[in-house]
Amino acid sequence: MSLAPSAYMADDSDIVARVLDGEHGAIARMLTQVERRTPAVNDLLAALHHATGRAHVVGVTGPAGSGKSTLVAGLAAAYRRTGRSLGILAVDPSSVITGGAILGDRIRMSDLGSDPDVFIRSMATRGALGGLSRAVLDGVSVLDAAGMDVVILETVGVGQAEVDVISVAQTIAVVSVPGLGDEVQAIKAGLLEIADIHVVNKSDRPGADRTVAEIRDVVRHSPHREGQWKVPIQQTVASSHEGIDDLMRIFDDHAAWLAGNGARTDSHRRNAATRIRWAAEELVLGRFRTGDTAFDAAVETVVSRQSDPVSAARKLIAGPIANC
Amino acid sequence: MSQTVSNREIPIRVMLAKIGLDGHDRGVKVVARTLRDAGMEVIYTGLHRSPDQVVAAAVQEDVDVLGVSLLSGAHMSIFRRIFDLLDALPEPHRFTLLAGGVMPDEDVEELHRLGVAAVLGQDTPPESIVETVLRMVPVRSR
Repeated sequence: MSLAPSAYMADDSDIVARVLDGEHGAIARMLTQVERRTPAVNDLLAALHHATGRAHVVGVTGPAGSGKSTLVAGLAAAYRRTGRSLGILAVDPSSVITGGAILGDRIRMSDLGSDPDVFIRSMATRGALGGLSRAVLDGVSVLDAAGMDVVILETVGVGQAEVDVISVAQTIAVVSVPGLGDEVQAIKAGLLEIADIHVVNKSDRPGADRTVAEIRDVVRHSPHREGQWKVPIQQTVASSHEGIDDLMRIFDDHAAWLAGNGARTDSHRRNAATRIRWAAEELVLGRFRTGDTAFDAAVETVVSRQSDPVSAARKLIAGPIANC
Repeated sequence: MSQTVSNREIPIRVMLAKIGLDGHDRGVKVVARTLRDAGMEVIYTGLHRSPDQVVAAAVQEDVDVLGVSLLSGAHMSIFRRIFDLLDALPEPHRFTLLAGGVMPDEDVEELHRLGVAAVLGQDTPPESIVETVLRMVPVRSR
């Protein structure tokens, strides 16, 4: 019988070794632990850390309807033809009202379905975007540790939080489509600075040339230093696989450029800094909540004017940091 | 107690799949929306998948429930194939299987014997689909 939920008693004591072996079931459960932020997750991630830093992490972002999933599916097929293994994390928003979500990115990735060298995971934002950022970063690390040559992170580019998420990627592609009207506005609004490659997808549509021209204009007017990566604009029609192999080659060029310029190390350093900062926030803020005895006591001292907020905060931080 | 919204701290993850030569997905899409509105994360595979693709996807997504919608009449052979694939996994699968669609009573019995936890006929009201899924997945904290 498959009334499965022996699931929750399952012995996952060897999960680290099995993730390192690239076993899909173990990777999947490790990602679930990352999403749920289980008590064990920090120790498990610590045990995986030594095996990370090898994958080329590519971020693909752009507005809803720009064809990102189809593009990612095409890229994945192109990477597979070069013999590389890959992990895909597809992030979609949860409903803020019910917390539910329909995660449909797999629909476009069906051809990859049962390839043992492709691992696809859909992630919902589950409300808290700060929490999502950590889950995504950790998710990328899990796929990296599992030995994936390439990890593709797909997000809907909207706000600052998404920009933070996509920034974990070493190579970032920002996808636009002709005819959305305000696409270049959206790019100006924050994605421009982080784009390593601009993709104009659905380039068989009318207006593609104009979109390319507009992006070229924006790229040209952004500050460019000597020796810096020149941001290319690649046109694609993901649905008929046009321009996808070229796009993959640009990603590879960018990876080579990063490696040649020490920029890859910079990217790792930036990533490490972000992660330490987030971990510190979690460690410290974990105790700063109603219900914690010391915190509640501090609140009372501030309300009764025995202390002030800054002094109370200093005193709490100076105290022992809980093991979380 | 009847419950139509899950209200759980950790959302239930459900994969809904269409397998084989069966182009009817209006029903499964309604179910997807119903479950989403009940606070669940629903991964829809799209039409015309193979059992291999669906089993691989359900493992990767670490879902709590795999629901397979079949209106083609091929449910017996497809579910046998699914259970063969599940048996071949390196470790026991951890999700509950549900079947949806049109299936004669004697097949329903056989599906239960194979390991399908519940068979939801065509005219199952949305609330009882939600209730069935909630019943299948134990409440967990972390």
